[in-house]
Amino acid sequence: MSDIAERARKALGKKATYGPDVDLEKYDVEAKPHEEIQRLEEIPEDVRKAALGVGVTLEKEVGGAYIQMDQTPVVARSSTEGIEVLDIATALKKYDGLRDYWWKLVPVDQDKYTADVALHPPAGYFLRAKRGAKTIFPLKSCLYLGQTNLNQRVHNIIIAEEGSELHVITGCTTPSHVQRGLHLGVSEFFIKKGAHVSFTMIHNWGREVEVRPRTAIYMEEGATLSNNYICLTPAKTLQTYPKAILDGKGAVASFNTVLYAKEGHLDTGSEVVLRAPGCSADSITRAVSVGGEIITRGKMVGEVPDVKAHLECVGLILSEKGRIDSIPELDGRCGGLDMSHEAAVGKISELELEYLMARGLTKDQATGVIVRGFLDVEIKGLPESLREELRRITQLQELHGGA
Amino acid sequence: MFGLLEIEDLHVSIGGRMVLKGINLKIDRGENHALFGPNGCGKTTLLNTIAGVPRYVVERGRILFKGKDITHMSMDERARMGIGIAFQSPPAIRGLKLKDLIKLCNPEANPEKVLKEMNFLEFADREVNRGFSGGEIKRSEMAQLLAQRPELVMLDEPDSGVDLENIKLIGRAINKLTEKDTKPSKRIRSGIIITHFGHILDYISVDKAHVMLEGTIVCTGSPREILEQIKTRGYEGCARCLCPT
Ligand SMILES: Nc1ncnc2c1ncn2[C@@H]1O[C@H](COP(=O)(O)OP(=O)(O)O)[C@@H](O)[C@H]1O
Ligand SMILES: [Mg+2]
Repeated sequence: MSDIAERARKALGKKATYGPDVDLEKYDVEAKPHEEIQRLEEIPEDVRKAALGVGVTLEKEVGGAYIQMDQTPVVARSSTEGIEVLDIATALKKYDGLRDYWWKLVPVDQDKYTADVALHPPAGYFLRAKRGAKTIFPLKSCLYLGQTNLNQRVHNIIIAEEGSELHVITGCTTPSHVQRGLHLGVSEFFIKKGAHVSFTMIHNWGREVEVRPRTAIYMEEGATLSNNYICLTPAKTLQTYPKAILDGKGAVASFNTVLYAKEGHLDTGSEVVLRAPGCSADSITRAVSVGGEIITRGKMVGEVPDVKAHLECVGLILSEKGRIDSIPELDGRCGGLDMSHEAAVGKISELELEYLMARGLTKDQATGVIVRGFLDVEIKGLPESLREELRRITQLQELHGGA
Repeated sequence: MFGLLEIEDLHVSIGGRMVLKGINLKIDRGENHALFGPNGCGKTTLLNTIAGVPRYVVERGRILFKGKDITHMSMDERARMGIGIAFQSPPAIRGLKLKDLIKLCNPEANPEKVLKEMNFLEFADREVNRGFSGGEIKRSEMAQLLAQRPELVMLDEPDSGVDLENIKLIGRAINKLTEKDTKPSKRIRSGIIITHFGHILDYISVDKAHVMLEGTIVCTGSPREILEQIKTRGYEGCARCLCPT
């Protein structure tokens, strides 16, 4: 532990590679504590409503739930055999500091944000599917930032043991009255032999919130991952760049990202390292700017022959002011691999607009229909209930054309 | 009395080039017109201009619909006034299901019913026109029009790429759209159809035909007669006006 703290302290001033620098001093460290919640019905209306906005319906079909209000885990429970849902502090105690997992993927001294998380009491979730266990209904978690100007720090550990199957949806959100705050989230994923994980993250932040997730994923032989990230409301600045290492034969990772930026600055992407033969990865991003600035990075690193990787980014700019900067990178380090990318940034097709207008839709309605269709990516590896949930989210939003 | 559609001295350019050069055309309520002409003579241009596609710039003349000057009206306003079009080559729309588009054409429409009429039900959940064959696109267009129920139905080559069996179906849909089972004096809907093949005309009835050459209408008359002349003498014959008078 002290070694971790030592390294963190040294990195406190270290700026991140990407994204505008955040002044941590500006944010409050002290979080008001909240009461633990015994029954899901007791969840405050504010939280319930905010959770719904990020696809976390708590009433039905929940395989397990984790809810964190500010820095307090208020719900952590599983209703599925073989699936563990704990708050991270409890898990650290129960499992001897989670020695094989804690800060094993995300370097504690990666930047000032990881360092800041490491130097404060841990909050976050611990999700584990035991060997061969399967979630029928997804685990739902909600990280709720309800205190204005708080620095919310989260550290999550997700473990899918051999042959297990884990579906998780996480919503990160602020209620409408909280506009300012900081969210730092470290997540470390361990997907073991033959395990399948779908992880869907939906962000819905206030306009002055700054967000710095730090995610790393380790995949063994035959592991599969469907990682989905959706952000349709503006944050002041958001920068995330999860890294996946496909270390076992035949591991398959798929990243889907859907972004819609009315304002603010989104810098997202992912890096996938293909380290074993037969591995494959794809990353698909759909980005719409109606004034916001979006940077989408994608990097694939092929270290051995017989791997396949594909990057795709399609962006629509619907106003005069928006920006979409697509930065695909392919790093092939040997012969016998197959890597490709495809990127297009542009405006909405006039032909498509006219087609719908010929059916009586106004230009604004037609734009909305086309944009919703554009954002409706076919996401592989998701259970049907989650698919529906996601569709509901993308269709719910009021999506506008440019000025 | 106004015709449903009246076009006076219409000149239209695309990308600075004059394509239509003085079109005059009147379509009364209950009438069905056919438009013949070689590739590139301006048939699609005429229909798209009536529909209001902004690329087609009206340089001179005007278009009246139900007595109202619509020359500079937006596309969607015209659609809501009752003008409908089946495009020659419509675009595909990602992420939009055909059944949802049909609902957008008319919220009261029953997508299942109109798709069934076009023998197209299995395409209900497909994305609009994505990966459709030529003939499938035509059936998708017809289904949308059946939902929309326009007063002026404009059909740009609704039979091209369609197999014989489905031509019958398309013919039936056209008859429905133009109220063929209503007494002629009671019909209020009209149609204009562009076709290269007479085959579709075996299934629908057309009151008048026009031949267009290089952006003008050179001949108007009985559909059968004109088609017969085109078959024997070609458009070349129309150019020199070889029909008996
Ligand atoms: N977008 C365009 N830009 C320039 N020229 C065009 C465009 N669309 C059509 N044209 C030209 O206008 C003329 C008429 O085209 P069109 O109306 O499509 O003919 P038709 O339907 O009779 O085959 C043709 O010479 C065609 O090449
Ligand atoms: Mg044409």
